Amino acid sequence: MPDAAVVRAASMVLAHAPGLARHGSKPARTLPADPALQASFRDSLRTFPDAVGYPPHQAYLGGCHPRELPPRPWAGTQLPGAGRFAPFGELMPEDELLGLLAAVDEFDLLTLGPEIAERAAKRLAAHPLAASHLDLSRLSAATGDAAGAVRSGALPLYDAAGVLAAGLRGGHEQDEALTAPVLLENLACKATGTLALLHLMHDHGLDPAAVQYTISCSEEAVGDRYQRGGGNMAKAIASAAGLAESSGADVKDFCAAPIPALVMAASLVVAGVFEQVAVVAGGSLPKLGMKFEGHLKHRLPVLEDVIAGAAVLVTGDDGVSPRIRLDAVGRHRVSSGGAGAQILHDLAVRPLEAVGLAMSDVDTYATELHNPEITEPQGSGDVAARNYRTIAALAARRGEIDKDSIDAFVTRHGMPGFAPTQGHIASALCYLPHALAELRAGTVQRVLLMAKGSLFLGRMSQRSDGMSVLLESNRR
Amino acid sequence: MFDGKQVIVIGERDGIAGPAIAACVVAAGGSVAFMATECFV
Repeated sequence: MPDAAVVRAASMVLAHAPGLARHGSKPARTLPADPALQASFRDSLRTFPDAVGYPPHQAYLGGCHPRELPPRPWAGTQLPGAGRFAPFGELMPEDELLGLLAAVDEFDLLTLGPEIAERAAKRLAAHPLAASHLDLSRLSAATGDAAGAVRSGALPLYDAAGVLAAGLRGGHEQDEALTAPVLLENLACKATGTLALLHLMHDHGLDPAAVQYTISCSEEAVGDRYQRGGGNMAKAIASAAGLAESSGADVKDFCAAPIPALVMAASLVVAGVFEQVAVVAGGSLPKLGMKFEGHLKHRLPVLEDVIAGAAVLVTGDDGVSPRIRLDAVGRHRVSSGGAGAQILHDLAVRPLEAVGLAMSDVDTYATELHNPEITEPQGSGDVAARNYRTIAALAARRGEIDKDSIDAFVTRHGMPGFAPTQGHIASALCYLPHALAELRAGTVQRVLLMAKGSLFLGRMSQRSDGMSVLLESNRR
Repeated sequence: MFDGKQVIVIGERDGIAGPAIAACVVAAGGSVAFMATECFV
């Protein structure tokens, strides 16, 4: 059995979804009753080049480091040299995304209109991964009369200009867990997770057949009326991405899920159960346009127009990749209650104390890194900055730094938020490929990944949850 | 402070959770008419 588990590689993807943005939970509830707002929403959608050049998207995809982001405002600006394909993955345009939905749709739920189907098929045939690793014949099978499908009860899917592009039928007329809107969320999650996993395997020269287990930390719940959260998105994604030897399971913990997924993956590897475990996150379609009213009010474009995905490979120690310190895992205990300082003590102090480290020994804290340009216009503030100030204040309270040094601590150990507001993606996971690069290069020695989950939203507990884990450079 | 008052409590995950505010309200003599914790990201 290996002495330690490492993060071998990580990939990140975004899919531009301006047409699908209206199916986000907030727009879907708000727009139908207000034609003027609908028009304003449609007029405020970004073009694909604008989405590609948007500096925070490039930080997510590795086009720049978050600390290298230019001063705000970012909306309406382009990061010089930005491209669709970036070091950590890609930003896929919506016509290809619709084709990708069809390619991973095993139940003929989607009917693509001929025009979009032809365009998607042509573009995906030229895609470096889709052409060789996806069943693009499904696009031909999905091509048909989208308007007719909608007349028969399918959910209409429009492009950004408001033209009908496709129809998605439900899975069962009497099953609320299989309605078309639910299946659209799940299919979008599967598609973006699959894209991320394909990039992980093939951008890094990894062997898909060597992955024995896949853990999904995606937010969507797959199931039917008898088992609404039955699962298993992980295996659905593993199968679509060609991981023929993999089984899988889902880890659910609201936005915190990526960290327990990573810890479980590392534990399985160190225990000798599996040699290679993939952790995958498909994106959250319900969060598209979540804060669009604030954006329109401040004359910003609809900034939540991308569905994100991420994939990570955990293996035994290769002597090079950053180690996952399973002896430095923080967990938000039941007995810690809901007080912020106590939660943070569990996540940012206890795991370090367990291995004899001080808070200042961690080079970088990766916490919830939501893009503040998205959150501030709706009154949610700068989540990343708030988290970093709280971490720094805790260091000051513990006497590790002077109160006067709080700002310096934030600058040294933090970074600006840059992730799309796709909860689990923004929760430290978005920083992982940056962390791998820095830890491999030895420019930093330790990164603490921290995530919190709002369990109370599910109405089964008043509690929240959270987990943290320390990554450490393998350079001696 | 809250004697005889009914209080609507809205907590925030990154700030003060609803149950913590509710406990303070009760300790100050009030009663909680509604309590929720929300996540704004």
